[in-house]
Amino acid sequence: MKLQRSSRLALYSVLELASRPDEQLSASEIAAKFDVSLNHLAKVLRDLGRARLVEAVRGAGGGYRFCGNPKRTTLKDVVEIFEPITLHDAGGFEPGDRSEFGTSLAVVLGEIDDIALATLDSITLETMLKLTSRFRKQATQLA
Amino acid sequence: MVKINEYHQDSGITVRSARDSDLAKLIELDGEISGINKPEYWKESLRRFGGMQEGRYFLVAEKDDAVAGFIVGEIRAWEFGSAPGGWVFSLTVDPNTRLGGVATLMFNTICRCFRDEGVDRVHTMIDRDNITVMAFFRSQGMMAGSSIPLQMDLSDLSEDGSGPVVGGDGS
Repeated sequence: MKLQRSSRLALYSVLELASRPDEQLSASEIAAKFDVSLNHLAKVLRDLGRARLVEAVRGAGGGYRFCGNPKRTTLKDVVEIFEPITLHDAGGFEPGDRSEFGTSLAVVLGEIDDIALATLDSITLETMLKLTSRFRKQATQLA
Repeated sequence: MVKINEYHQDSGITVRSARDSDLAKLIELDGEISGINKPEYWKESLRRFGGMQEGRYFLVAEKDDAVAGFIVGEIRAWEFGSAPGGWVFSLTVDPNTRLGGVATLMFNTICRCFRDEGVDRVHTMIDRDNITVMAFFRSQGMMAGSSIPLQMDLSDLSEDGSGPVVGGDGS
């Protein structure tokens, strides 16, 4: 499964902000960390703001901060702001889709979508932060 | 097999091996959450897994002298060549005590028991619609394993039981 660039950027942003709950980060700091264009990031942050997951703090030392609940916000919550998660039938019917083979293939692709959906829906930002911390620890031990 | 009885001072929760006297509360708790009353199932489950047999665990969490949840699991030498591992196949927490760390304490205890018996992996299987429980296991660090559960409706079986009814060229 490959997420669109906006979805990935949104996930990186909310995870970065949620991992530093007492700080406000500027868009340029986040853009630099993930090596992405500031313009694209600004649009993503605007969409995350509309979804009430981040908020802009104005003034000196201002920036963005995460304002959702990391224990309740799932990967699905973030991704579906930017793209439909079930893709196999999202674009309507393509030639052959209504044939017998097309119908069978749709069932198999639906299985994959269901598993992807359940995975994204069961992983919260807090779980992702724990996972990241675990990988960081493992990498440190290996170094 | 060790009898479990651990008091956690910070939360006031005790995790202990289940007793016969817990049965009524286990049935009630499961019935409340699942919506299905299964007294015989839990009686049998308590007999099989609560009897202090090696590799089998039926643990209860108790808070303020009341059962707040339970977890059941065992070490299985799974089929298809898998190495023996711990399996958790039941986890229930009283909705009134949720978010109090009850499930985490029970899960940590059963995982430690599995590890002490020499296995190095714990498994579970959750319906993909059960997001609450799946999110809990994810939060404990569990990830998708290498096994994929498969199932088939037996109504798809042909009349003589010789195989599934498959349409078109595959029949």
